Amino acid sequence: MSEADLQALLITLQLAGVTTVILLLIGTPLAWWLAHARGRWLPAVEALVSLPLILPPTVVGFYLLVALAPQGPVGRVVEALGGPRLAFSFAGMVIGSVIYSLPFVVQPLQNAFRAIGPRPLEVAATLRAGPVDRFLSVALPLARHGFLTATVLGFAHTVGEFGVVLMIGGNIPGETQVLSIAIYDHVEALDYASAHKLSAGLLLLSFLVLLLLQRAGRSGGTRS
Amino acid sequence: MGRAGWLLLLWMLVLPVQAGEVLRVAVASNFLPVARLLAHSFEAETGHRVKLVPGATGRLYAQIVRGAPFDLFLAADRVRPQRLEREGRIVPGSRRTYALGRLVLWSPDPQRIRDGSGILRRGDFHRLAIANPRFAPYGRAAREVLERLGQWQALAPRLVRGENIAQAFHFVQSGNAELGFIAAAQWQALPAARRGSAWPVPANLHEPIEQQMVLLSPRPAARAFHAWLLRPESRTLVRRSGYEVPADE
Repeated sequence: MSEADLQALLITLQLAGVTTVILLLIGTPLAWWLAHARGRWLPAVEALVSLPLILPPTVVGFYLLVALAPQGPVGRVVEALGGPRLAFSFAGMVIGSVIYSLPFVVQPLQNAFRAIGPRPLEVAATLRAGPVDRFLSVALPLARHGFLTATVLGFAHTVGEFGVVLMIGGNIPGETQVLSIAIYDHVEALDYASAHKLSAGLLLLSFLVLLLLQRAGRSGGTRS
Repeated sequence: MGRAGWLLLLWMLVLPVQAGEVLRVAVASNFLPVARLLAHSFEAETGHRVKLVPGATGRLYAQIVRGAPFDLFLAADRVRPQRLEREGRIVPGSRRTYALGRLVLWSPDPQRIRDGSGILRRGDFHRLAIANPRFAPYGRAAREVLERLGQWQALAPRLVRGENIAQAFHFVQSGNAELGFIAAAQWQALPAARRGSAWPVPANLHEPIEQQMVLLSPRPAARAFHAWLLRPESRTLVRRSGYEVPADE
């Protein structure tokens, strides 16, 4: 594997790792709220969260490029606050990946929280557990399988991302060139041997991740 | 649907067949606007229909090798058509240069590019967009320009690389890169108010961008469009659109 390909692999894993951590931090409260909230805004928020499932990644990438430009709505605010340029940067790709993988983390968590039902939490409440205590020592352990699924799906989906990072990454080797882009480059440059090598590696990695998920699901799956 | 409706549907299905044949033409994205104009005049004249499939030359080549059903391939370089010829995938003798591409360094900001290549030497910008020099012909030419100006090493970390020249154009147009090397044809196609500032790159700073085409099917309609693209009227249009054309062969 060439130096550039190795870098692309490292960036891909970094991007997927950072994205997954951020998604778990944002996704947990969001999924908790979605699992318990009622009201007329709920369907709208749920639809919004699921939107990236339907939208072509190029749509997300295109609007991100518009929004992050120095004259764009987000770019202007960031620039005014003295922040960095986000397009063609690792941070920009993280933003894109967080948006694009959001439903893959939120939906498993939401389902897991819903599956717990009100009963265990009520019992905990009668034992005088506070809301934070109830969440940490009752809801979290009961939803652990949901967390596992969410983590693996969020990570795997970011590894497999192509359209968004193609649009906002700028394909800078060692900075924003991820594995899927590197493969595409090899194909366009007619270097099919390198494309094969990377593709087969990615295929194997994805299979192992899913295998791991299946096994974990079987051993801890009684809860969900 | 009533009987009349079915008849109408049937008639609509039959109609395109009666009106002429349908051609599928793979075209390098930089040439798409001109190819559209040429296809329109061809359709009006002959009654055939031309479906244009734009893309990066390298990707279109890979698709053709895998059996994509294109009748004609308008590439952005000479390399891929030559390869197809060597591999025996083209109608013999059909590899012809239809346009010579020119580069423009462009910024949408009218004040930014004032002294030609000077801005590249000063480097007072954040990002410079080019097409990927590894496989995109306009990207390769942009790299040669930077090398001849002695700026390739210095500017390499600031380059953002589009998959093709259309994406490089979009990076600049959206304001995410201040500058970019784009095709002269793209720049000419802009409304005058949005042309900003530009430096037309002298042709001696890079190898000629010889855009060649090859016939992939021997169908008469495909041959007719191939010949149409080489007519004097077509060549005039190509020249007016920001390309040069080779001297008469």
